[in-house]
Amino acid sequence: MADEVVKLKVTIDGIPVDVAPGTTILNAARQIGGDIVPPAMCYYSKLEGSGGKCRTCLVKVSKGSEKDPRPMPKLVASCRTTVMDGMEVQNITSPEVIEARKGVVEILLINHPLDCPICDQAGECKLQDLGYEHGAEGTRYEFERRTFERIDLGDKIQLHMNRCILCYRCVYVANQLTEEREHGILNRGDHSEISTHIEKALDHDFIGNVIDVCPVGALTDRTFRFKNRVWFTKPIDAHRDCPTCSGKVTLWYKGEEVLRVTGRKDEFGEVEDFICNTCRFETKNTSDWVLEHPTVVEKESVIGANHYKQFDPPAVIKEDADLQLANVAQLHRTERLK
Amino acid sequence: MQSLTNRKKVIEQKPMNIWERMYLPAIAKGLAITIRHFFKKIPTVKYPEEIRPYSKNFRGQHSLKRDEQGRERCTACGLCALSCPAEAITMTAVERQRGEEHLYREEKYAAVYEINMLRCIFCGLCEEACPKEAIYLDGPHVTAEFLRKDFIYGKDKLVEPKFDITKLNVNG
Repeated sequence: MADEVVKLKVTIDGIPVDVAPGTTILNAARQIGGDIVPPAMCYYSKLEGSGGKCRTCLVKVSKGSEKDPRPMPKLVASCRTTVMDGMEVQNITSPEVIEARKGVVEILLINHPLDCPICDQAGECKLQDLGYEHGAEGTRYEFERRTFERIDLGDKIQLHMNRCILCYRCVYVANQLTEEREHGILNRGDHSEISTHIEKALDHDFIGNVIDVCPVGALTDRTFRFKNRVWFTKPIDAHRDCPTCSGKVTLWYKGEEVLRVTGRKDEFGEVEDFICNTCRFETKNTSDWVLEHPTVVEKESVIGANHYKQFDPPAVIKEDADLQLANVAQLHRTERLK
Repeated sequence: MQSLTNRKKVIEQKPMNIWERMYLPAIAKGLAITIRHFFKKIPTVKYPEEIRPYSKNFRGQHSLKRDEQGRERCTACGLCALSCPAEAITMTAVERQRGEEHLYREEKYAAVYEINMLRCIFCGLCEEACPKEAIYLDGPHVTAEFLRKDFIYGKDKLVEPKFDITKLNVNG
């Protein structure tokens, strides 16, 4: 009996899919892919126990299961609801879900400062995408937003509590990847904040991953701080022999220089492998890495803007002796006019 | 062949007679036209001493604005450079230090901000993209230069001068 594979049939926005029992609606939708995947701010498939906090993945279950076809009374969080056989789910086909999601985005943005022009995450920020797709143009919130001072968690990571949406992903990273967690949520409810007690530095080998899992710009790379905007850098997949981690990363180039190293992110913004701090912060030379190919960037993404498809930019006249010889007159003139 | 329009004229060229071959009446006629123009209103304008009225939406040289406290508005977000179809804008962002709050409005500012005026097509997309209302194309024409490098305008040329009300009173 045990090796017999039971598959449950679910229909999401009219698209049927067979999934294993225990799969959540969100993961079933991800198996289909495309537009019908609910957005998720807090759920992270590589982190156990994540999800259920941000409520952006709300969907409508219009038919509970084959045995009990009654719809679920309320919208459910798709990252926490497991599928039943014959379940019918509505995501983008339900105006109710779209409306509810708009409300969720508005609530997420209540305390979020609109400092995208300053924030290093802008351009690859999930909340930015979400606000753009589902949010309203203006806020109705009239009160003062809560503000915090910036905190340096060690010399590599910076915490902007203003921008945090309390998804708890970084807490799970610290719990599950490192031996002892030094940071967490302090206080309760509206007052809760990510913090380390007495601003203790985080120095575990894998703690840098909190930067990658953070859906907003609350945890950012101090070595990349204000270096450049994400969309001016060019991502290239690379790998290296790393004794502690898989060594598979994305290098973010500006010209010849590696400005930043991150894990490789898939279409849902989740890293494929967690990388160690040495890979992330210490090895920022092209000579440390074996380059593979340019990272595939989504067509709609701003990161792909102003990038030319050539992997290797053609050699400038100045660096090529043959071209230099062929363009003596021109070079001479340029030098004279300088 | 039937002509497509009725505007076709057949020109006959007769040999000129003696009066015409002297060219004197033709010269007198030409001079009359020339002399008549001495007394007409001159349509040209002596730029730059005299400037014609400009359209309200004229787009000239860029200026980087300051806010009401005289701080630079630009935060080096890079949206102008991103939107620029001619790729004329580059910038380098720097974090504002403690004690510089009176100079820069935001936490981050542009230490280097350069526009290549030879590349710029004055389309105004940077102005539209700017979330901080920091850049406007409200200046005059970009002047001619002899060297290409002089067309790369840095912050020294772009940032608008500080508005000092005390100086205004002294002069006024």
